[in-house]
Amino acid sequence: MVERTLMTGNDAIGEGAIRAGCDAYYGYPITPQNELTAYMATHMPRLNRVFIQAESEIAAINMVFGSVVAGKRAMTSSSSPGISLKQEGISNLAAAELPAVIVNVMRGGPGIGNIAPSQGDYFQAVKGGGHGDYRLPVLAPSSVQESHDLTIEAFALADRYRTPVMILTDGRIGQMMEPLRLHSRPIPPPPPKPWALTGAKGRKSIFIRSLMLNDGDLEKHNIHLQAKFKKIAAAEVRFQETAIEDCDLLLVAYGTSARVAKSALEEARRNGLRVGLLRPITLWPFPSQRIAMRSSRCRAVLCVEMSAGQMVDDVRLAVNGRTPVLFEGRMGGAVPEARDVFRAIQKALAPSRKKRTP
Amino acid sequence: MSESSESSNRKWLYRKPRALSDTPMHYCPGCGHAIVHKLLAEVIDQLDIQEETVGVAPVGCAVLAYFYIRCDISEAAHGRAGAVATGIKRVLPGRIVFAYQGDGDLAAIGMGETIHAANRGENITVIFVNNAVYGMTGGQMAPTTLSGQKTVTCPQGRDPETMGPPIRMCELINTLDRPYYIARVALDGPAGVRRARKALTTAFKAQIEGRGYSFVEILSPCPIYQRCKPVEALKFVRERMAAEFPVRVFRADGKST
Repeated sequence: MVERTLMTGNDAIGEGAIRAGCDAYYGYPITPQNELTAYMATHMPRLNRVFIQAESEIAAINMVFGSVVAGKRAMTSSSSPGISLKQEGISNLAAAELPAVIVNVMRGGPGIGNIAPSQGDYFQAVKGGGHGDYRLPVLAPSSVQESHDLTIEAFALADRYRTPVMILTDGRIGQMMEPLRLHSRPIPPPPPKPWALTGAKGRKSIFIRSLMLNDGDLEKHNIHLQAKFKKIAAAEVRFQETAIEDCDLLLVAYGTSARVAKSALEEARRNGLRVGLLRPITLWPFPSQRIAMRSSRCRAVLCVEMSAGQMVDDVRLAVNGRTPVLFEGRMGGAVPEARDVFRAIQKALAPSRKKRTP
Repeated sequence: MSESSESSNRKWLYRKPRALSDTPMHYCPGCGHAIVHKLLAEVIDQLDIQEETVGVAPVGCAVLAYFYIRCDISEAAHGRAGAVATGIKRVLPGRIVFAYQGDGDLAAIGMGETIHAANRGENITVIFVNNAVYGMTGGQMAPTTLSGQKTVTCPQGRDPETMGPPIRMCELINTLDRPYYIARVALDGPAGVRRARKALTTAFKAQIEGRGYSFVEILSPCPIYQRCKPVEALKFVRERMAAEFPVRVFRADGKST
């Protein structure tokens, strides 16, 4: 039987983590993700799992480091400023090849900003965020259901590739309520972790580190990491397409922006404009090839974001000049309105004056 | 008794602890870390916990501790050993978990993690090697640098008026309710080394018995950055450091002494 319920996106992530077999959760209060920490505080101890309200975001990510070093599944969550504080820890997890899940419920920035939904952390999430050459899978839900499902997926991806995985959502999806079908299928057990530090019983002692001082060792390690990132990039691209087959204009948007873009798409279709939507679900790896393929048949690509224009850079790289790439967005916690996106679509598809005059 | 059976029954007076590897250590001549490593390995042997122990190595001079101590060891970001050890112990409550940290790591960048792990009463053992200076980065002022002591970042000597006086970690942790065992020892000679071994044994025993947080501060020589000869460094520890950081047991059996 499918369990149906009504939940916020933040709670849905918490319940997803619990169902994915998350052994330990470490959090620190920050709006707009507090529902998730409270959810874990209520439910983890009941299941005899670990919950700690850490003394800081930095402590929380390093507690995650400890629990995953010991071979367990662990998660932390925060919102934009707190995610900035976790970046050293995320870089260390990536370097030491440790599987972990980090949730960013984005809010307005830069700085302390505000507590309204935003997508201003795209660069930070997909371009590394912390120091050094690394990538991490970034999953961007656009509904409560997807928040739940992608959390379960995040733990599987993390273990499959021994990598930190980020769930990049925003305050609107985090705090709104929607119907949710709870994941009910059994979760496959995590893969064996012979690298985990559990005490050297019946084997030689081992260690986990990211420090490599000997000449050439760190370069070799980087080459190994890059090969792994290439493998992830080839295998794990996810996206969803709507009304894409005949479109003259391709919308590209993720998360809350994709919901706004979809409303604008429906309005455009009602007005006879052929508009499609490509919604990246993985922001890294980015669906570049698909966007390149789709955009080659369009007159224009319109990127919608709650930022000054961050993902649009990756869209431009994918399109590579073949089609004009336009941008519509709001910043500082403002959410674009469907009618503004619709107007941008109309403008982009309006016959140009050059063509009218013979 | 034949000569051969006498040799097979030979009683060892001293041998290298099993938990100490054969890897040559990178420490400078006269450094206290090598002694603390040896003591730690002896205690691991004595309590027979090598197969159950997971250690956390710091950033600082002891960053390569995993090459020398034969038990599972994780590295931790600078200052975060208290949080990493917490994360390990909470998911592996049956294992013995220790954090090995220096003064910059534990009392400056990691002060938050240190105090809060102690306040939660995490059932871990923290080994705090205090030599009053940052070693690995080249002799900068530590939170425990003595007033007047010269380092590359306080070349005129530490001025407590602008830099604050040295921080006493045992005393600070002793204000918290949950820690079970808190002791300060000094590597200032053979007797001090023996007391350090005893403190470490007590600390690990407390953890094995599930009694909670144990903290051993070890005043330690660093001839290079304490700017003296190895023998004088022992004197520096005994006279100058111990004057600022009283050597004693602050808490045993969960009660202040």
